[in-house]
Amino acid sequence: MSELTDLGIAAIRDGVATGTFTATEVAGAFNAAVAEAQPALNAFIVTTPDHALAAAARVDADRAAGKPLGTMAGVPIGMKDLFATKGVQTTAASHILEGFVPQYESTVSQKLWDAGAGMLGKLNLDQFAMGSSNETSAFGNVVSPWRREGDTAAIAPGGSSGGSSAAVAARLAPAATGTDTGGSIRQPAAFTGISGIKPTYGRCSRWGIVAFASSLDQAGPMARDVRDCAIMLEAMAGFDPKDSTSLDLPVPAWDAGLSPDLRGKKVGIPREYRVDGLDADVAKSWDDGIAWLKDAGAEIVDINLAHTKYALPAYYIIAPAEASSNLARYDGVRYGLRDLPDGAGLQDMYAATRAAGFGAEVKRRILIGTYVLSAGFYDAYYTQAQKVRTLIARDFKDAFQTVDVILAPTTPTAAFGLGEMVSDPLAMYLNDVFAVPASLAGLPAMSVPAGLNAQGLPLGLQIIGRPFDEQGVLNAGLAIEHRANFIARQEKWW
Amino acid sequence: MSETAYRIHGATGEWEVVIGLEVHAQITTHSKLFSGASTTFGAEPNAQVSLVDAAMPGMLPVPNRECIRQAVRTGMAIDAQINKWSRFDRKNYFYADLPQGYQISQLYHPIVGEGAIEIQLDDKNPENTKTIGVERIHVEQDAGKLMHDQHPTMSYVDLNRSGVALMEIVSRPDMRSPAEAGAYLSKLRTVLRYVGSCDGNMDQGSMRADVNVSVRRPGEPLGTRTETKNVNSVRFVMAVVEQEAKRQVGVIEDGGKIVQETRLYDPDRNETRSMRSKEDAHDYRYFPDPDLLPLVLDDAFVDECRASLPELPDAKRHRYETALGLSPYNAGVLTADVETARWFEHLLAESATKQGKREGEVAKQAANWLTSEFFGALNKLGKDLFSSPIGPEGAAGLLALIGNGTISGSIAKQVLEKMLETGDSADVIVDREGLKQTSDTGAIEAAVDAVLAANADKVEQYRGGKEALFGFFVGQTMKAMQGKGNPGLVNQVLKAKLG
Repeated sequence: MSELTDLGIAAIRDGVATGTFTATEVAGAFNAAVAEAQPALNAFIVTTPDHALAAAARVDADRAAGKPLGTMAGVPIGMKDLFATKGVQTTAASHILEGFVPQYESTVSQKLWDAGAGMLGKLNLDQFAMGSSNETSAFGNVVSPWRREGDTAAIAPGGSSGGSSAAVAARLAPAATGTDTGGSIRQPAAFTGISGIKPTYGRCSRWGIVAFASSLDQAGPMARDVRDCAIMLEAMAGFDPKDSTSLDLPVPAWDAGLSPDLRGKKVGIPREYRVDGLDADVAKSWDDGIAWLKDAGAEIVDINLAHTKYALPAYYIIAPAEASSNLARYDGVRYGLRDLPDGAGLQDMYAATRAAGFGAEVKRRILIGTYVLSAGFYDAYYTQAQKVRTLIARDFKDAFQTVDVILAPTTPTAAFGLGEMVSDPLAMYLNDVFAVPASLAGLPAMSVPAGLNAQGLPLGLQIIGRPFDEQGVLNAGLAIEHRANFIARQEKWW
Repeated sequence: MSETAYRIHGATGEWEVVIGLEVHAQITTHSKLFSGASTTFGAEPNAQVSLVDAAMPGMLPVPNRECIRQAVRTGMAIDAQINKWSRFDRKNYFYADLPQGYQISQLYHPIVGEGAIEIQLDDKNPENTKTIGVERIHVEQDAGKLMHDQHPTMSYVDLNRSGVALMEIVSRPDMRSPAEAGAYLSKLRTVLRYVGSCDGNMDQGSMRADVNVSVRRPGEPLGTRTETKNVNSVRFVMAVVEQEAKRQVGVIEDGGKIVQETRLYDPDRNETRSMRSKEDAHDYRYFPDPDLLPLVLDDAFVDECRASLPELPDAKRHRYETALGLSPYNAGVLTADVETARWFEHLLAESATKQGKREGEVAKQAANWLTSEFFGALNKLGKDLFSSPIGPEGAAGLLALIGNGTISGSIAKQVLEKMLETGDSADVIVDREGLKQTSDTGAIEAAVDAVLAANADKVEQYRGGKEALFGFFVGQTMKAMQGKGNPGLVNQVLKAKLG
């Protein structure tokens, strides 16, 4: 049965539908893989084998009864522990929410269950999705299945969706949900040799997702290949009246619309992303990508995204500002951790609870966010950052007058080792430099595997599209996928 | 105005008081501003709390259309600018009654801009008015409530009010006396109740005012102001202005300075107390709420809001005076509250039907009877229009009996008392008690003859020129007839017999 875990969404769904295997067999195989890998990879905060089996049993019963099956029928997935799941602990990888069990299901996870998927468990992540290496989780680091050639040092799976990327790359799940605020789907996907797409802001409902930075947070799928991303995104997306920022648009048939033929399409190559000292392997993979898209029929056009260098500073003002406010609700009053020292008053309870409940990176961002919104600093930081955000969106808008999609590296380097960057938060933030501009502009963007670097670690290429044009992004991704022929996988060591 | 201007007479001279009010009015809707939870007053603690109101992780606000609609209608009622583009901001601070850790409000781009409210400074003289500017109206969430009396060492939190929609109505510092502040708040309450956007129940906390007060020498620039929070009656607002102005004059005249601060009013001691000064004021870190898109009103929405506005108090008052011919006093009293006006208009319609006349022909009778007879009688019983056992139909029945001469005005008083006592209709009481007015000339003449015979001396004096005695004869005749004599006929017969 072990080969069942090599299958992706489409293969599992079709196999279940045709009776090649049962959904229960699939769930069992992945449950076993999860259990086996958990001690070494720590990809999950809690595992929910019963959830996966129950969903599988329903699908098998429906099939036996001749009922129509959903687009994700029989596919067990990992759920990033940022999505509220009814009756299952939801922590955002923070001690402050440890033991919190929501009485509600997030819109996105509910849609996936409605499409026939089941849940293998809640995936580890950077605490409150703040981090690029999954080292800020209160539940321990996730270890990437990947290793540098000839080395056993633990490698970061990326972040914040590091549990998601590790689980999919290690074949513990055929797919997983991620969320992307400033690269949290794309960067871990690139680090682990899988595909992941952040759709246009508003495509997926944020209702029931623990908020980090509301104007940036978007859910999206992380999977083995582009087609699986298309299938899963279709299941996740859609207008939700419970989210005021949700897009009131029909969900396109992205899977049916997939085509690797890029004839007549123009691909923009942003000069500003070719930064000084760009990693040689990354530069080479970018060149490979350009060649592949040309080969797929696209015309390559150099473009300017003039304000790119201001994107990261602007992001690290806007995201913490929103986070400082969004995280105010974790105060020990109604749910989650409460630290009430003897004789403590309300202020003491707040201080003790938040000091004990939040990790260092979360505290750092709350402090930054509080500072930039303070009287006297607001205009210099927050207002200025919003102006930059507008300029960045305009850069993209101008570029998309000419080109259909933009191709760039997903990250400036391949995955780093766990512990290598923790002491330097600024170096860590720089990892998001290529991912953040699309987030600020709310654009659809995806990472697809492009090859391995000299050390044998995966590299990703990023495709950024026009608002609402996930199809164009997916198609360019598919064209790369066909040519990159990325079949490398880490030999199992866990 | 200048000769009656309100002044504080300090030890060093005269001081003028400058007042601005920020009124929080709970919007009358069934559900909260950003959640579907109910807003009924008086439910069990925490019985009306949705996941959004409790700020559970991942919950998001969705604006309630009806709340927005009521704010826009309120803006229109005070002739204010309606901002078709407005935005919600977060006001960040920690408190146990504030689950999100921020209040969703509108600092930078409120939904309603400049407007004005006209206040009457003198009941008897409707021309004596003053216009008070309204700077803005914005929409925001209310907080919950802490309960300190449930446990010896712990405080409890009731989130029923958490997320309830409020309008904050901010006046210009245009008021100059306690009376003006009181008149403004009363008038605002009247307007809100007409529009139906707030029930104005100040004792239930549906409406409360933050009172900004400063003092200055007449004609000089504005002084430093203090803000007294959450004052919940017109009387208390007036008291706050008076006490706070006196206090400030005292401080300044003693060589001190007024500190910009938040104060609380203690009605038991009739004084304001410092709550917190500017130094430990919160930095609210306002910024646009990223969970909400800007609020954009389309023309159809705005048109519907305008079309749905009722006749407003000033217009109604004017119509009562001009079209119905009511006295300014009666027009003022009857339009001061929308429910009173509704009651009156119901009475008017019923009276016109019952008496077969136009409304204009019965309006004065109805208004006079209502404001003098009926309010007085209800008052004695400790009741008001809405707890009265007599409705507009019953009252119209009584007025019809007066109108068609069946009973006299003085008998009507007795009938009204019986109606209030028994709940029976005027017709039934008049029949049962035999109170019908007598127009039988023979009976009247007999009564007059008896009165004149018994008072021969007074008849002499009358005929000798003491005409004032005529009223005495009328009174004696009516008394003899137990008030049932038709007053017109009694007069006529007396005149004839006294020659």
